[in-house]
Amino acid sequence: MTGDTVMTRVKLDLPMVPDAELEASKTAMKLAESIQMSPDRIDEVGGAVVEACINAIMYSHSEKVFVTIEVLGDQDPEKLRITVQDTGVGFSPENPAKRPGGGFGLEIIRGLMDEVEIHSVLGEGTTVVMSKMR
Amino acid sequence: MKGGDALMTESLNVNVDRRDGLAVVYTEGYINNQGGEEIARVAYKLIDEGYKVLLLNLGGTKIVNSIGISILIEIIEKMIEIEGKLGFCCLTNTIEKTFHIMGLAQYAPIFPDEPTAVAQLKG
Repeated sequence: MTGDTVMTRVKLDLPMVPDAELEASKTAMKLAESIQMSPDRIDEVGGAVVEACINAIMYSHSEKVFVTIEVLGDQDPEKLRITVQDTGVGFSPENPAKRPGGGFGLEIIRGLMDEVEIHSVLGEGTTVVMSKMR
Repeated sequence: MKGGDALMTESLNVNVDRRDGLAVVYTEGYINNQGGEEIARVAYKLIDEGYKVLLLNLGGTKIVNSIGISILIEIIEKMIEIEGKLGFCCLTNTIEKTFHIMGLAQYAPIFPDEPTAVAQLKG
């Protein structure tokens, strides 16, 4: 059973500038490292965060991207949960392919993380919640 | 970028080793849209020079994004068009996994190291 107590929480407000995704990725990777995730899994977290942030930075037309990175567990850290949220145009998760990269970002996120939830409402924005066990 | 921003752009360095009938392209840094375009520029120049076998050694790249990879797919399509060969080597496990997710590995072989890649591509 996975504990859902938030042990650590880091919040970032990313500006909509090139390579802002790297700041979120590096922060998430540091937290993953701090809970002794394996090197390959740390890299996977980094890659997934890059894709989620790029989706928001490149396509949402939001003013900012809000990233929350949390370590969850009870007595010991058990998983990393990352939430990437924008208040932009939103999209249909079933039909995200009309852009460079062809919607592969979501495929990559699903392939690299253990659990992924995408909530998007046209005109209101998108929230991606993704988790990876330690 | 304005001076007050803590963020910085991460550029990609690309180097080329031209060999007999094969060119090895070395990347160092983040393969995003600009990085992908730089690799494409170098690859198309090599094609114009007559090289039909290219090896992309990504040993110096630890992170890629889907836009950068979509540009790599365009290079693969160009190589297929000219009946050339393109392979990759020295990928991190995560980049290799990402290439498989995007379907790129279907059209371009991935090798663990450069000597193996050169031997296979020239064979």
